[in-house]
Amino acid sequence: MTRLPGWVEYGVLPLINLLMAFTVAGLVVALIGEDPFAALAVMINGAFVYEGGIGYTLYYATNFIFTGLAVAVAFQAKLFNIGGEGQAYLGGLGALLVCLAMDAWAPGLLVIPLAILGAALFGAAWAMIPGWLQAYRGSHVVITTIMFNFIAAGLMVGLLSGALMRGGQSNPESRPIAEAARLPFVHDVLGALGIEAAQSPLNLAFPVALLACVVVWVLIWRTRWGFALRTMGESEPAARYAGINVPRMIVTAMALSGALAGLMAINTLLGAQGKVTVNFPAGFGFTGIAVALMGRSHPVGVLMAALLFGALYQGGAELDFEFKTITREMVLLIQGLIILFSGALAFMFVPWLTRLVERT
Amino acid sequence: MVAPALKMSGVTKRFGPVLANDRVDLQVAPGTIHGIIGENGAGKSTLVSILYGFHAADEGEIEITGRPVTIRDSADAIGHGVGMVHQHFMLVPNFTVLENVMLGAEGGLLLKSGRAAARAELDRLARDYGLEVDPDAIVEELPVGLQQRVEILKALRRGAQILILDEPTGVLTPAETERFFDILRNLRAQGVTILLITHKLQEIIAVTDDVTVLRGGRVVGRRATAETTRDELAELMVGAKTPAIVNRGQESQGEAVISAENLTWRDLRGVARLEDVSLTLRAGEILGLAGVSGNGQSELLDVLSGVSPVQEGRIRVGAREITRTASANPAEMRRLGVGHVPEDRHRCGLVLGFEARANAVLGYHNGPNAGPGLFLSLRAMERHCTALIKRFDVRPGAPRLRAGGFSGGNQQKLVIGREIEAEPKAMLIGQPTRGVDIGGIAAIHAEILARRAAGCAILLVSVELEEIFALSDRIAVINDGRIVGETPRRDADVKTIGLMMAGVSRNAPEAAA
Repeated sequence: MTRLPGWVEYGVLPLINLLMAFTVAGLVVALIGEDPFAALAVMINGAFVYEGGIGYTLYYATNFIFTGLAVAVAFQAKLFNIGGEGQAYLGGLGALLVCLAMDAWAPGLLVIPLAILGAALFGAAWAMIPGWLQAYRGSHVVITTIMFNFIAAGLMVGLLSGALMRGGQSNPESRPIAEAARLPFVHDVLGALGIEAAQSPLNLAFPVALLACVVVWVLIWRTRWGFALRTMGESEPAARYAGINVPRMIVTAMALSGALAGLMAINTLLGAQGKVTVNFPAGFGFTGIAVALMGRSHPVGVLMAALLFGALYQGGAELDFEFKTITREMVLLIQGLIILFSGALAFMFVPWLTRLVERT
Repeated sequence: MVAPALKMSGVTKRFGPVLANDRVDLQVAPGTIHGIIGENGAGKSTLVSILYGFHAADEGEIEITGRPVTIRDSADAIGHGVGMVHQHFMLVPNFTVLENVMLGAEGGLLLKSGRAAARAELDRLARDYGLEVDPDAIVEELPVGLQQRVEILKALRRGAQILILDEPTGVLTPAETERFFDILRNLRAQGVTILLITHKLQEIIAVTDDVTVLRGGRVVGRRATAETTRDELAELMVGAKTPAIVNRGQESQGEAVISAENLTWRDLRGVARLEDVSLTLRAGEILGLAGVSGNGQSELLDVLSGVSPVQEGRIRVGAREITRTASANPAEMRRLGVGHVPEDRHRCGLVLGFEARANAVLGYHNGPNAGPGLFLSLRAMERHCTALIKRFDVRPGAPRLRAGGFSGGNQQKLVIGREIEAEPKAMLIGQPTRGVDIGGIAAIHAEILARRAAGCAILLVSVELEEIFALSDRIAVINDGRIVGETPRRDADVKTIGLMMAGVSRNAPEAAA
């Protein structure tokens, strides 16, 4: 079979898939008696045009970048890490512990990097356990990472309503961390530079996420370690033949994946909220799977998919606000359709496109 | 004149831009054994795929016993009395012979009546064709030769009058091959028409009545076997004379580069795959390891190359002694100067989804060829790969083509080239020419001989006895995990080695009878 040219495979094909998803979603909107084009306009306005809209879009995208990269890295090693949710949760614990211990006396310039490191380390550790269990004990990571999500949830609820609970309150959440230990909001940074920007939760975790994309790309595609990881992902026998320590590689790949998921916590803890609340990962860990699928497990793809999902998330909230008959579930439906068309049915139009390309 | 059992005329098949079959005409007289011979990629497999309904021909007609037919799928083929025995058997390993033969023709809702009918049927076939197999034996426990017999029985039971055999002897010992030929002659005597697809000339000469030669998708010759010679057929196949390698072998007095001492290796179930294996490879010689596949060759290569850990015994490479406690992984073995061309290049030797330039550093990705510094350098990889492609004449010379896009022979040149480029002191080479066409074989053999001349110690593992004889200086035979004999090449003869491969020298009451 002839291969499609790159611009068709990575450009035209995803666009067609997206178009299909939106067409079907539009039909559903029409079915419940609303104007699909009006709904689309609301979504686009909500995500990009309204005051603060774009900030929210990028804020959500930050979450999706971290969790999407986490899944993508594991995919490159042919590991299916669906424990991003739990790893992000534990990442919150790691960053929180650093803040609780240091924010009273240490300057932000010291606390913030250490907190970021704490988030990555805790996320990595939480993913390494399933990795180790698969590498040396043969328990599949799909099963164990799911289970570890539940364990993480239980552990965190226990801690947030116990040892780490904010004194004198009845909410299961940590005390707010010191202002100095928080990542500045982008609107504040821009404001300091004299640029007027609408308020939004977008904070400096976003550039960290962009940096993570670059680091992941370099690590996976330009280092010897990444070469070994991709070799293992493509063919385990070939990896063994090449002298790659496969079990160790499984553990380290999971560690990197978990670290990226753990970093999601800095966007909420150090950024928007300033504290750890119950269930703060709020499904972003799971949606990371869809982001990685749509992004074809490549940092550039993940970035694009994360922006799209961020826009959907924000635009969807607006949709919920504007239309009586359209609820948040509609956004889930659109997300589901996008996942269906760009994940599960990603290659549905390939034979047709191939014929088209061959004819020209 | 009797209508031919099978007539294909003007059959053409394209795969994209590739013309796999180009106006092929084929005529097979009933009750004969007809050979189709050609190099890999000559279009043999495509032709039989069309006949068996796996592919539809773009043009051309098929007639069976004088009547034009359309074959859309294998059910059609079976309906027209065409049966096929695939190169890789299509048997359910944990079913009995009877169950395998019934598969797809169980006859009714309940198995009982179908089973009785099938048993009677098997009995009759065994009597008529001399194809005895215990119907209640579990297939995976049978030797390969008998498994093949089950495949033939399956086809015959479906009423096959034309039997297609695709590379049937690849897995058989010389003795099994002889018995297999007897079966074919027997089937012919019973009026079955046989189409034998092979790239082995001696089989064509030994058993066929007529032969059709394919090259580049076209028929380049039709001969009555009695009126042709191996040389003529070989010439037709490759389109030019191939220089025959005459080898008498020379014993090396070189130093021992790598030696195995009393290696015993058990698989996960505790079955000994290697028992007390001792071998020494000397600089400047080729030790050929002959054996029917599955007798421990793969395990030996894995242990020697570090892919599998040493369990009992030791390996010496220079001053380094490798044991269970002092293990060495493949990366260390490479550093010690032991190159490894794995038996299965698709599974181990290459990452098919990677570009050639990435494959050219597989296993050496920590070395300078993958980049001078800390990071990988695609440019360095490409430079290295381009040099490799040039030196070993890999075609097409495209370092960015995915490994899966090369033909078998060129993939193998890529693997062998990669290992040779590292200038190893010893090379472990498994099945170097499996699935490689004649032109590729010659090139690969020349490379191996050049390595020997350069003083490399080489272990050559091959199931092709011809190859072992063509290249080796010493020949060792492995059977059931043991080295059952070792002899200098000049004292070796095919018959003795063949018998040893079949385990006759030790304990084989069957062949002695």
